[in-house]
Amino acid sequence: MLRFARRRLFFFLFTYVLSSLIIFFLLRVLPGDPAKVIAGGREAAPEQVAEIRAELGLDVPLPEQYLSWAGNFLRGDWGKTIAFRGADNRDLILERSRNSARLAFIALALSVPLSLVLGVIAGLSENKLPDVLISLLTLSVVSLPEFVTGLFLINTVALRWGRGPLASAIGWWFPASSAVPANASFGEMLPALWLPAIAATLVLLAYISRLTRAGVIEELKRDYVRTAALKGISRRSVILRHVLRNALLPTITVIAISISWLISGLVVIEFVFGFPGLGSLLIAAIERRDLPLVQSIVMVTVTVVLCANLFADAAYALLNPRIKLE
Amino acid sequence: MMTPASDLLLEIEDLTLSYRIDKRWIPAVRNFQLKLARGQVYGLVGESGSGKSTIAMALMRFLSGNGRVESGAKMRFAGEDLLGKSAAEMRAIWAKRIKLVPQNAGAALNPSMRVGPQVLESIRAAIGIDGVEAERAMMRMFHDVNLIDPEKVARRYPHELSGGMQQRVMIAMALVSNPELLILDEPTTGLDVTTEAVILDLIRQLIAERDTGVLYITHNLGVVAQLCERVTVLYAGEIMEDDRADDLFHQAWHPYTLGLLGSLPRPGQNKRDALLHPIDGNPPALKDSSHACAFAERCAFAEDICRDVKPPLESLPDGRAIRCHRWREIRDGELHLVADDSAAAEPAHEGRAQSLMRVADLTKHFTVGRSLADVLSHSAPPPIRAVDGVDLALNAGQALGLVGESGSGKTTLARLIVGLQERTGGKLELLGMDIRNSVRERSPDVLAKIQMVFQNPQNALNPYMSVRDAIRRPLIKLRGMNPGDADAEALALLRSVNLRADYADRFPGELSGGEKQRVAIARAFASDPDLIICDEPVSALDVSVQAAVLNLLARLQDQNGTAYLFISHDLAAVGYLADTIAVMYLGQLFEVAGREDLFQPPFHPYTEALFAAIPVADPRHRVEATLLSDALPSAQYIPGGCRFHTRCPRAIGPICEEEEPPWRDAGAGHVIRCHIPIEELTEAQTKSAAGAAMD
Repeated sequence: MLRFARRRLFFFLFTYVLSSLIIFFLLRVLPGDPAKVIAGGREAAPEQVAEIRAELGLDVPLPEQYLSWAGNFLRGDWGKTIAFRGADNRDLILERSRNSARLAFIALALSVPLSLVLGVIAGLSENKLPDVLISLLTLSVVSLPEFVTGLFLINTVALRWGRGPLASAIGWWFPASSAVPANASFGEMLPALWLPAIAATLVLLAYISRLTRAGVIEELKRDYVRTAALKGISRRSVILRHVLRNALLPTITVIAISISWLISGLVVIEFVFGFPGLGSLLIAAIERRDLPLVQSIVMVTVTVVLCANLFADAAYALLNPRIKLE
Repeated sequence: MMTPASDLLLEIEDLTLSYRIDKRWIPAVRNFQLKLARGQVYGLVGESGSGKSTIAMALMRFLSGNGRVESGAKMRFAGEDLLGKSAAEMRAIWAKRIKLVPQNAGAALNPSMRVGPQVLESIRAAIGIDGVEAERAMMRMFHDVNLIDPEKVARRYPHELSGGMQQRVMIAMALVSNPELLILDEPTTGLDVTTEAVILDLIRQLIAERDTGVLYITHNLGVVAQLCERVTVLYAGEIMEDDRADDLFHQAWHPYTLGLLGSLPRPGQNKRDALLHPIDGNPPALKDSSHACAFAERCAFAEDICRDVKPPLESLPDGRAIRCHRWREIRDGELHLVADDSAAAEPAHEGRAQSLMRVADLTKHFTVGRSLADVLSHSAPPPIRAVDGVDLALNAGQALGLVGESGSGKTTLARLIVGLQERTGGKLELLGMDIRNSVRERSPDVLAKIQMVFQNPQNALNPYMSVRDAIRRPLIKLRGMNPGDADAEALALLRSVNLRADYADRFPGELSGGEKQRVAIARAFASDPDLIICDEPVSALDVSVQAAVLNLLARLQDQNGTAYLFISHDLAAVGYLADTIAVMYLGQLFEVAGREDLFQPPFHPYTEALFAAIPVADPRHRVEATLLSDALPSAQYIPGGCRFHTRCPRAIGPICEEEEPPWRDAGAGHVIRCHIPIEELTEAQTKSAAGAAMD
């Protein structure tokens, strides 16, 4: 157990450092000089650019820049934004992260139960009508990009239905724009969350339900399922007590991995809906060449993804008695 | 032998079962029939693909979705029509009245559920009791199947139990409802002989106490002979012969039954005495009905009529049923399997007794990860001592057999010699040269000299490489041949393993198990090795095919002067092929003997127990006492003194627990590592052998 935990933790730290290196150096070699942007773009005077460069610490050698950046990040000093009137990067990111987390929470709360149910139904009726229908639905949904489903939802649900006879019923629930104030409370924000959450759900649905389906089909073929059936217990008990228990174990990992899909999906969805989350902040930061802000946002998402994976491994290992933790 | 109607438990008539393959229904079982009385143990013998498990599933009305029972079949269980039962009625029957104990108990238990709740669920479904009462019933049952420490077993997960314990749990689960019919589908396949003997003993004893009818399905004729009162021999989905076990094993009239019995090496039989009589060809794949006798293609007595007209299943007045055109001639002794008593191998040529390989004090210890408790107490767990000081010498051209239960370290020893695993201590010399630890450090010359044939040819051949390429690779890489010569040589090698030249362009997926193993053997011989390590080379093959592969190995050894290290849990097979036999237990050798000496006293008590456990294919020679409890101690916590003392039926006292036994010389290179002097061993064992013969 200990060796497993230690190795897994070491692996976690290693990936963390490696991704921070990649993020740091990748952004350095990309075109676009932040100092120049701050100094006013193309017409900026070279002296002014050099001054800002020194102020931002961009004039020292790269390794040194990396170390001071990484150290500052770990201490929580993420610098001031260039693009957003000098607000503190950390406050900005934490506020937007909270908003994105609300969105992600709703998306997971909708998609996980739904896709597990769909996956199990499909798996139990392999190649029969329910399976075919569910497969058709989930696969056609996943092949549409988020911005298409997002626009479709805005256009149909919010604009067409929202102004039609159903307006009074859905007008409040599904506003066309999710551009709420970034510091709104959860309750205030809730109506703005539904449509983007549904768009994100549609992305996740296919991944989780396909893997659940595969898990159920695989487990159904195992000998112990036959043993259970031949005990003379009802099919319901066979499925609930034996099949699902084993089939859903790997799904825990899938859900954790899907969090990284969710994050990349959210960037687009937030942008489409104008929702003030981390994703839309990232796009704004990139547009305005706000290098420190971009770095910090990406580091935060890396942290979330790695922690989700670490959690998935630990949960899987603890729930599965077959894994010998060596 | 007529059975009173009231005692008739199961009656099957005209049962034809089909599978849907490529949109057609292809029969897997044709016109099967069976009459099973209460309290009777009925054997159903067949090779893979004979349809025996399909029959079991049909009996349970649990055929998979692509299988069906053809109309006209009759299946009556205790007077009730099984085929007319609804799903709910079948569930009630499953819960209480018909129970199945499947092969591979490890897979048949839910891996993520503790054993106790799984058995309790069965009890609840069968008897409808719950709570403390059910738990008490479970403990009683666990006790009946000799599970030691039942409370602890109930709290374990299946993977934490040994194979023998898993099978006991399955048997307990099946018997707890006191079923009328018990179907045992290869319940001991995959278990050690010692464990198998214990389980068979248990089954025999449990059914003697009850009035349960038993259908015992297996490919193992020995097990059938040991257990069954009546036997049906199945081939390609059809009954070939059906008779009382005693008659069947002593006076079989069907060529297939005769062939099966002839292809089994008897304990003590050796390649120098006589060839085994394999059945030619391979068990057939599922195919459409044909007019020929199903066995005609492989039958030594087949005539034109056999290929044109399917013989009917004739019921004879003495109760025997047989499906053969020529059984009368066989009965009357007019037909014999060609008695080719020429030995498969000539005695090793004199002057070849040159030393080939020496192993001195070879050890392999696996370190074990530290648990939290270990870390807190600053201690390290002891290593697993898989191979723990083995000395072994092998002469050129000699076949050394290595036997022992699973977990004894046989395979690790083999892997150390081949270099697939790195030894932790000791020396390995080949032709006087020190041999490096792992294959990666060994030169191509050394690699060419030691080759290996694996247990499962399925996994040992690259599925995307043709037979020709598989054999050419070692020729080019290890013998440095140019592609043209390698081609010719590959064809010659194929011929030498009795495969036609057109097999060269086939892929492993197109070959049967026996043919794959032949290719693997040809590949092993390609580099012209001095030593081939055969790790259970026939145990994954069908009985009728095993003999041909054993004969082939014997002939090739003789032709090429290759030495073998032959590992098997099948003592008869080892005895057949080996010149010298070494017995291994918990990482050490206990006995080394020439093949003439091994099968008669003195034995090491462990060897004696291994022999006693072999299920002999003769109902008149029943294995009565099981000498060993089934649990081999863990190689991580090896008992002190003689490591066998915890299970030894002949232990003589504290000396066995305290001191490592010395090697004792029984003459002619026969050595035994035991505290009991040779003379006493001989005397005691001769006496008990005589006692067994008197019974």
